[in-house]
Amino acid sequence: MKILNTIDPAQSLKPLQGGGACCGPVLSMSGGAAMRSCPYKGGYPEWVTDEITTAEGPVPVAATVLTTAEKFAHLRARLTNFRMRFSIEPGLYAVGSPDRSSDIFISANYTMSFDILRASLHGMNAWILVIDTGGINVWCAAGKGTFGTEELVKRINGERIAMLVNHRKIIVPQLGAPGVSAGQVKKRTGFRVLYGPVRAEDIPTYIENGYTASPAMRRIRFTMKDRLVLTPMELNPAMKKLPYLIFAVLLVFGLKPEGIMFRDAAAGAAPFAAGAVGALITGAFLTPVLLPFIPFRSFALKGWLLGMAVFLLMITHVPLFMFESNYLTAVTLVFFPLLSSYLALQFTGASTYTNLSGVKKELKYGLPVYIGGTVISFLLLAAYKIHEWGIL
Amino acid sequence: MKYLKETATLTYSPEKCTGCGRCVEVCPHNVFSMSSGKAVIGDRDRCMECGACAKNCDFGAIYVDAGVGCAAAVINGILRGTEPSCDCGGTSGSACCC
Repeated sequence: MKILNTIDPAQSLKPLQGGGACCGPVLSMSGGAAMRSCPYKGGYPEWVTDEITTAEGPVPVAATVLTTAEKFAHLRARLTNFRMRFSIEPGLYAVGSPDRSSDIFISANYTMSFDILRASLHGMNAWILVIDTGGINVWCAAGKGTFGTEELVKRINGERIAMLVNHRKIIVPQLGAPGVSAGQVKKRTGFRVLYGPVRAEDIPTYIENGYTASPAMRRIRFTMKDRLVLTPMELNPAMKKLPYLIFAVLLVFGLKPEGIMFRDAAAGAAPFAAGAVGALITGAFLTPVLLPFIPFRSFALKGWLLGMAVFLLMITHVPLFMFESNYLTAVTLVFFPLLSSYLALQFTGASTYTNLSGVKKELKYGLPVYIGGTVISFLLLAAYKIHEWGIL
Repeated sequence: MKYLKETATLTYSPEKCTGCGRCVEVCPHNVFSMSSGKAVIGDRDRCMECGACAKNCDFGAIYVDAGVGCAAAVINGILRGTEPSCDCGGTSGSACCC
């Protein structure tokens, strides 16, 4: 337990009285009510290594080295919907032994955002003010406005930050800027907003350079690795819808004049189930990963082109797709490249450079094509069935 | 990497610019730069309409119809008859926004 001696009691609203321990072991000199409410009633999480007592109440100290378990949790958040409940309590935290002159960094209460920040501050003494973004990362929350001026102003005033430091500047992540008006924050709190670099790992260099980020530090990148880590959450939801498609195809192929024959269904539907998986991998994985290497700027066209290439290869080289019926070949070439295209278009949400106007434009032209293509595919399947039954 | 040509809604009124440089600071795609004391727009096609520049321009020199370029959000909006909505429904959604 550290006592922050550098706080001048005379400048604080309430003199230093020892302050009650928040959630850790109770201080022997405990007695003064904490002025900041404690979010951790049931005890601190494991990454809180210490507690600083200030005139404004206790502040938990966060570790700056991530454990294997924490890195594993990051992986889990990348792969599954665990991300939706991967949050920490908003409030004030510390790294190292900050004092009145230490910098204040602002973060979101998505655990991964906070973890990456605290790990980047290793060896430094600083305050971290975590604002409530509903457990969403900084950039996405800024886009929605939850990482925004209102919440930031509320936290700065509510956590009595002005009483803790002798300066009036806060470092806000640059990607928080779509939600934050620096001018408004200054007007309403007295704190000047300095926008830090895009990537937390550049913070030490940013500080060394006198709170200046180089143009490269201000730019968002979208490397193959960046794209790769985003693909599981493209594949995941699409996978969940796959059984419906396979069921529909089973139904079509099982349908005989005598009723539904499941043995025929399985054999007939196999290439289509495989095709759906192929389109899914092409649209939601290959297209995102190979993004800059595929011609066209439109995500829909990129996905369609790669899908077409993949399925042209399939019908010429993979026995499962070498159909006797031209109807089935046609369905393969109409439906699956469009499915790939649709899935590729979904990646606009994860990409770092698509804009809303462009996505609207893609959908304006794309949606009628997707709907039309699906209808044509069903008509082709119907024609195949009619042909098979020998009605015509 | 650049997205579609000439679709971004970014507009800029140089006469209102005071040269504070905030737009240059916040743009993640290097759309703005400073030239003889004023901001200038470079390649508009790099604009992703995040709205950071307009939000941080205290002088109303920048306008952009800000939003998130996410197909799932636009489709959500079409289905619900609302503006594009990033609310992916908690348990379903793709990597869209969250």
